[in-house]
Amino acid sequence: MILKKRKIFFNHEKEERWLNEMAAKGYHLVHYSWGKYTFEKGTPGEYIYRLELLDELPSHPESKDYIQFMEEQGVQCVATSLRWVFFRKKAKDGPFEIYSDHASRLKHYQKIAGLLGLVCGINLLLALVNFNSVIHLSDSTFVLYVSLVNWLAVILLAPLFISYWRRINRLKKEMELYHK
Amino acid sequence: MSKGYEHVPLTEAAYYILLALYTPRHGYGIMQFVREISQGRVQLGPGTLYGALKTMQEKGWITLNEAKDSRKKEYRLTPLGKEVVMAEMERLEELLKHGRAVLGGEKVDS
Repeated sequence: MILKKRKIFFNHEKEERWLNEMAAKGYHLVHYSWGKYTFEKGTPGEYIYRLELLDELPSHPESKDYIQFMEEQGVQCVATSLRWVFFRKKAKDGPFEIYSDHASRLKHYQKIAGLLGLVCGINLLLALVNFNSVIHLSDSTFVLYVSLVNWLAVILLAPLFISYWRRINRLKKEMELYHK
Repeated sequence: MSKGYEHVPLTEAAYYILLALYTPRHGYGIMQFVREISQGRVQLGPGTLYGALKTMQEKGWITLNEAKDSRKKEYRLTPLGKEVVMAEMERLEELLKHGRAVLGGEKVDS
């Protein structure tokens, strides 16, 4: 049985949690494309899902090499979306965490924070530029709407960026003491 | 003092990965070895393992084995990698020795 759902996530950890909740109910993600999730009905709790942001697009040789390495460890690449990858592993093979130490976890957080910061920054810039035009143009309804979309993106993404920023700093502090 | 001394201290994961590669192994074999030798305490995440293997290759501590089965990569330790392990063991021994000297006969709970 196939189940399709449309959803938009800004927070990859919430998305991951949702996918694992679906998997616990027996709905396993098999395909993803632009907010459209396709699930296949199977045994509840059969898979654990993890999302990862890669350095390069999945078509890049480096990413291909990595995804092949993952497959050799029994980790299946279910879908990709830009630089994001949806991985899953059979739950009976034990716990599944992509990163097991602070250093590699920190690198992943930094990658995500960098992406969020970039998208947030571009939107803030556009919002300000458009906002400026609204003041100076006579017929500015359209520009006003565009500007509002940019502001909305900034409002949604900025708290997420800050939360990653805090997490990065917390990890760095831990790393001064622990060699995990 | 051995040549590998400038490369220590290693992380626990790096130390165990190098130990695992005293015998040539695939990625999966490394994970299994580390899990077994640490009695399940150290569980390497595949992403962490991949990053560590790449960096170690760049540093010349390990190298790819000329593969018979070309699909799966097999890694092994280089002479420099061996030096690094030795240096780390020396360091760990020194830490233990000093700890014991200070604590004297006090019993360590295990």
